[in-house]
Amino acid sequence: MAIKVLKPGLSTTVQDLGRPGYYHLGIPLSGAMDRFALSCANLLVGNEEGAAALECTFMGPELEFTGDATVAVTGAELPARLNGTLQPGWTSFGVKKGDVLAFDFLKKGARAYIAVSGGVAVPLLLGSRSTYTLGALGGHQGRKLEAGDVLPVSEARGAKAGRAVAEDCRRGPGAQAELRAIPGLYWHRVTEPSGRHFFEDSWKVAPEADRIGYRFRDGRPLDFVPRTPPFGAGSDPSNIVDACYPYGSIQVPGGTEPIVLHRDAVSGGGYMMVGTVISADMDLIGQLQPHTATRFVEVDMPAALAARHDRENLLNKVRAALG
Amino acid sequence: MKTRYSFGGDEHIFAEIDETMSLQAFFKSLSITSAVRESRIAGVTEICPANASFQIKFDPDKISPADMLAELTRLESAADKGASVIKTRIIEIPVLYNDPWTHETLMRFRERHQDPAATDLEYAARVNNLGTVDNFVKAHSGAPWFVSMVGFVAGLPFLYQMVERKRQIEAPKYLRPRTDTPKLTVGHGGCFGCIYSVRGAGGYQMFGITPMPIYDPSQNISYLRDAMCLFNPGDIVKWKPITREAYDQALADVEAGKFAPLMRDVTFSLDEFQQDIDGYNRKLDGVLHGH
Repeated sequence: MAIKVLKPGLSTTVQDLGRPGYYHLGIPLSGAMDRFALSCANLLVGNEEGAAALECTFMGPELEFTGDATVAVTGAELPARLNGTLQPGWTSFGVKKGDVLAFDFLKKGARAYIAVSGGVAVPLLLGSRSTYTLGALGGHQGRKLEAGDVLPVSEARGAKAGRAVAEDCRRGPGAQAELRAIPGLYWHRVTEPSGRHFFEDSWKVAPEADRIGYRFRDGRPLDFVPRTPPFGAGSDPSNIVDACYPYGSIQVPGGTEPIVLHRDAVSGGGYMMVGTVISADMDLIGQLQPHTATRFVEVDMPAALAARHDRENLLNKVRAALG
Repeated sequence: MKTRYSFGGDEHIFAEIDETMSLQAFFKSLSITSAVRESRIAGVTEICPANASFQIKFDPDKISPADMLAELTRLESAADKGASVIKTRIIEIPVLYNDPWTHETLMRFRERHQDPAATDLEYAARVNNLGTVDNFVKAHSGAPWFVSMVGFVAGLPFLYQMVERKRQIEAPKYLRPRTDTPKLTVGHGGCFGCIYSVRGAGGYQMFGITPMPIYDPSQNISYLRDAMCLFNPGDIVKWKPITREAYDQALADVEAGKFAPLMRDVTFSLDEFQQDIDGYNRKLDGVLHGH
């Protein structure tokens, strides 16, 4: 069984839950930007949660199946049509040999996940099937899909059609997105009023928003605490001696436009970071469209851990219902 | 040097050994991160040494952030007592300085540079008071460099020149980053050298290009078959200026699977190095060339 790519969409890649253990060599985790949605899609079709699926951004692909399988689409509201017939999101459906899956325009969110029973069977590379396009590594030939690509799918019986994730378990950002973050890292480099403004201001997702990171604009620029530049850091007040960047870290080059690093993060560099978006909210960033109004909300470690548990409990509910 | 710890969200601990770059800070980062690796703490998923800092990624469901921090401070005090001696490799990297590809690229992005009338090499020679490009190349390739961090993108080494601070080459990054840099460009920004492992955006001054691949996701190149990325933090690099003919030959050898990089195992002592930097560098050169 295979998937033929008739139209690739804007940016569709093979992703699973990622490739930990190589960040010290500059090879990022990669994997689904919305891991919750990927896990749900896989659970719906009867796969392991971390099976490889397709992540499509802003626009869906057009795919033909060469055999029978169970399919589910989760994440962004990107209405799927099987041979022209609308299929509900977050719900499994059967496909037969020769069926064509296409998509209407995006209604909400940014990234949809298409899981197929058995999972996309591109080769495992450093323990993962995820695509890291910047390093031309993994996935299908290390790149986003193109028309004419054929993706192998493992044979599997697949779960039955009509299984759905309950409405109250479908997670996504609100119209005004809120990203919870713990201040830290080089937080001491910004003045006290600037630190306050950072969390007060409403930011907008900039067009430069991809798997490496999301840029935000329209908030007030940061003022820095004066200093003599340390040797090796560079002369700009936002420069540091090049260091490792956490996933979710918020760097502010020149003090103007914050960038939140995501699953394909550059692993390090010379810009100060004001803090880090908590793990529970990383999925939400993957569903933000450009121009979305966003606020950063200051939280502490206990709140971050509580949010992490809430997310896990929500996933546990889905697991219990579909397992 | 007092290590400053900070949580990066609920999954990372970031440790700044020193605000300022130095070999001492880098060695301490190497030493603590090796200790973390050896202690096999359950829940640790990434151990990343960097120039004068390091970062640990952990799963807070397996080890609480407070316990993780306690482990690190414990390992730090043990690492402080250790000797600054490492077993590592010295690797020779051939460089075609002033090559046509980085030259074409730097001309394309001239309006983003501090000195649009000069090339990056001419500019770097001037701001480092080295007079001519030839002198600059001699200074750049005369002493070895430490790989003090690997990252930004896959396999990219940050390099720290092994000379006294007053002789270290320094050059600012471009005023605005370029959107293009040839693959395998030898670059420099601040006090750090680098080799761009993949083509892409970049802000470092561009001095030349190496024919020797350092990252191979397809794992076809003989010496990258096991590792994919050539460099590890702690490796020592020595540049070797080459001619266009030698560059073309090396490229052909890489293509034919015949290219064998010159690399040797070596034990490095920070204390001995600091007592006689030039003498120690001559010894390293001896190790590299087998005399």
